[in-house]
Amino acid sequence: MKVTKDLVAASATPMVLGILAEEDSYGYAILRRINELSGGELDWTEGLLYPLLHRLERLGHVESSWRSVAGERRRKYYRITPGGLAELAEQRRQWAAVVGALKEIWPRSDDARPLTTFPLGDFA
Amino acid sequence: MTDDQGDLEAQFAQWRHYVQRRRELRQTDVEELEDHLRGSVDDLVAAGLHADEAFLVAVKRMGSLDELSREFAREHSERLWKQLVLTGGPDGPAPGGRSRRDLWVMVACAVGAAASVKAPELFGLSLEDDAAFYGPNVGLFALPWLAGFLAWRRRAAAGLVGVLVALFALGAVAANAYPLAEDSQSVVLTSIHLPIALWFVVGLSYVSDDVRSSRRRMDFVRFTGEWFIYYVLIALGGGVLTGFVFGTFEAIGISPETVIAQWVLPCGAAAAVVVAGWLVEAKQSVVENIAPVLTRLFTPLFTAVLLAFLVTLVVTSSGIDVEREALILFDLLLVVVLGLLLYSFSARDPLAPPGAFDKLQLALVVSALVIDVLVLLEITGRITEFGTTPNKAAALGENVVLLANLAWSAWLLFSLIRRRKPFTALERWQTAYLPVFAVWAWVVVLLFPPLFGYL
Repeated sequence: MKVTKDLVAASATPMVLGILAEEDSYGYAILRRINELSGGELDWTEGLLYPLLHRLERLGHVESSWRSVAGERRRKYYRITPGGLAELAEQRRQWAAVVGALKEIWPRSDDARPLTTFPLGDFA
Repeated sequence: MTDDQGDLEAQFAQWRHYVQRRRELRQTDVEELEDHLRGSVDDLVAAGLHADEAFLVAVKRMGSLDELSREFAREHSERLWKQLVLTGGPDGPAPGGRSRRDLWVMVACAVGAAASVKAPELFGLSLEDDAAFYGPNVGLFALPWLAGFLAWRRRAAAGLVGVLVALFALGAVAANAYPLAEDSQSVVLTSIHLPIALWFVVGLSYVSDDVRSSRRRMDFVRFTGEWFIYYVLIALGGGVLTGFVFGTFEAIGISPETVIAQWVLPCGAAAAVVVAGWLVEAKQSVVENIAPVLTRLFTPLFTAVLLAFLVTLVVTSSGIDVEREALILFDLLLVVVLGLLLYSFSARDPLAPPGAFDKLQLALVVSALVIDVLVLLEITGRITEFGTTPNKAAALGENVVLLANLAWSAWLLFSLIRRRKPFTALERWQTAYLPVFAVWAWVVVLLFPPLFGYL
């Protein structure tokens, strides 16, 4: 099972902001983290991630800088801003509302149709 | 292992080169994506793949470049609008020094052109009172500077620069040496034809890197069209500016009329000649050429109008009233038709097979020719009856020159549609004919006044 494109797109912003709220990161690491978190079910492409990061930067939710961490390549790191944290909080409120409503509608969904997860194409 | 590494770097370099061609992706984006690719490759190598296999897999995972660019374009739509970069791009190999030098030379030439307009005042001539001086000389103020700018850009050979200088000097002689009265027909004729003749000198300077090349001449035709459009746009902007200068200064009780009429307008008009030329050169790759777009739009409309005119002429069987104005009108009509033809040629893919648009052009040219022949017959009748004047002779000569061009173009178009001749034959005919226009303009300027007794 793969998550549909619309759902991926809708959840992309809170996901990226959430990851950056943990620590500063760069594109490839963000993508890998998302893959880990979702067990390979969220199908993210570079074409989704990088334009999204640039948009968040334009909106002031994140800021970027080229940094070289000891022993590694020079990379473009993204860091969440106070504005980004506020946006993340707002998104969490909205998602909580959506998830809460869905849980009300599907009270026994776990019993009726157990979700089996199997790793799809580990993201190496 | 080091060999592997070398191969991998070569592959990265190739990939970078490929991706950099995308206009949607800036240099920093390419670097960011390359870092991503490297991360992917590193992980795959760590998982046990060979470097080249890892590279292939990583590139494949990144997905098609088209899709990637499309996503980038959605976020950065402004990048798809080509911007005029005045002093070299922020990224790319940026030959910045060159375009900055261009800019300064252009500014110097524009200032020179503006100063040339005012220079005659040092010798007691004024714009207001000496129309007989300024009229014939109008082309001599700005065009030498434009030609100079182009020759500088093309690094024209010394011999050719000499020819350019000689031709401009000849123009100055033609404008000023003949004893022409202020209200004579010849003054008006020289005022019209000398700028045309000098424009072809500008053309010589434009093609100075390869004088005989048909392609370069076609480039000059494109240059002319774009230059004209830029000039009109600059003039419109200048008009708005002038309007505001008037309004704001009048509001505080100062009349800027003299300043505008004596300084802003003439100097601005002369400087804009150079600025427009520089813009065409600088933006060649920035904007889609607009002249061919306009011709596409207007060729069907003009064809419809000409055919309607012909049908009406036949149905009502009324004769054409050929006064001198009518002759000039029909000259202009031929010029417009020739322009429509030239600019759609300039944008046509030489290898494309003949299509509906070529047939439309043939219809346009043929209907223009039919109308013109009718007019010409009437006119020659008149001239043999009442004798000739410089105006009539010039108009008639122009008509013949244009008619010859268009008639042969019609034949070549016909052959093209019948697939008997390639398109290049048409292009070569037009570019080979350009000097004929130049020669005719010089003939009117140099020979007509003495021929007609300085009438």
